[in-house]
Amino acid sequence: MERIPILKMGQFLLVTIQVDLYDRLALDLEADLVGQITQLNARGVLIDISAVSIVDSFMGRILSNIASMARILDAVTVVVGMQPAVAITLVELGLSLTGVYTALNVEKGLDLLRIKTGAAQAVSTDADSSDD
Amino acid sequence: MNDSTVGTLRPKKNQILTLWMRNQLADGSLRDDLMSNDDLRAQSVELLDCLFDTLTDDTLTMPDAPSLSPLIDQLTNISMSRARQGFTPRETGLYVFSLKDALLEMLRHERKDDPNLLLTETMRISKFIDSLGIVTFESFIQGREEVILRQTDEMTEIATPVVQIWDGILAMPLIGTLDSSRALVVMENLLQEIVRTGSGIAILDISGVPTVDSMVAQHLIKTVNATRLMGAECIISGIRAEIAQTIVHLGIDLSHVVTKATMASALKHAFGTLRIEVNKSAARSV
Repeated sequence: MERIPILKMGQFLLVTIQVDLYDRLALDLEADLVGQITQLNARGVLIDISAVSIVDSFMGRILSNIASMARILDAVTVVVGMQPAVAITLVELGLSLTGVYTALNVEKGLDLLRIKTGAAQAVSTDADSSDD
Repeated sequence: MNDSTVGTLRPKKNQILTLWMRNQLADGSLRDDLMSNDDLRAQSVELLDCLFDTLTDDTLTMPDAPSLSPLIDQLTNISMSRARQGFTPRETGLYVFSLKDALLEMLRHERKDDPNLLLTETMRISKFIDSLGIVTFESFIQGREEVILRQTDEMTEIATPVVQIWDGILAMPLIGTLDSSRALVVMENLLQEIVRTGSGIAILDISGVPTVDSMVAQHLIKTVNATRLMGAECIISGIRAEIAQTIVHLGIDLSHVVTKATMASALKHAFGTLRIEVNKSAARSV
């Protein structure tokens, strides 16, 4: 059975959705992810949806649910790489995903997670050169 | 005596042309500012050649005949180009109908001995030119519509530019009224540019938007939300005093949107968010 892999990166969980989510898959992802957060005691979840081109209200609710569940488990959720068409669809559907943090790409998403969890020192062992 | 209508007229082509040109030039509404007389003559010669090349007595009563399609095509082209050049419908119509006068005058001269035949032929030619006139008008209107469509497209293009004003900062000055279709174009352009440039901040400047009603505000809020979903921040700037009053009077909630009075303060806010410092250099290097 098809499953979306959940990768562990230090204190964070990384999910890359490479296929279009159908309802069953999305529900499984939600359950798996929440299970993993408790099991691994993760502080943050990063969901990369840059390959998702089709979205419906159900998918929007799943994302919102995951964020709410993660927050109860004291983890921060960041959704990254949303396509313009997907963003427009969600807004037109009236789902603005309040409570979900967003970022343009995985790199910026990880930065945001580090800031939000206050774990900047703990995770970034290699000094990445940011030019600001 | 030649019984064929077209056969009678064909040898008189040059005379017909002279008559036609005289009719056209005599008309007070001639637009020699849009088209020189030489060009007009060349165009008329070409159309007349085409007319006598394709027209037979049979097709005279059947303007839809396939063999006449070169003539119709040419007439369509002339009419469309006139529509683009800015001729009025009246001038374009007169161009075709003055040909009728020329043809009938020539026919009257040729058939002066046989009034019955003259009448039948006059009716036929009159009907034929009328149908050409209809074709002319159809294509003239079509040409005009194309102009309008192109201008609408151009206006939409011009009215929604996205400019990168700093590394990571986009600005979109909005000018003119925002309706639903334009608001969607605005949103799409902005989001696409955010993806393309990887910018974290977008400034939407509405100083050129004359009025903000609840619809426009709704569109703005949607754009801000969509930008946030993409992972960027959207600042609305250029809010004039009257617009601030309208927004509050309409009860529109902009509390979760960053709003600034001027583009400059929006840029300053963006610098702050991106932790960019801009300093005046102490000494000017030459």
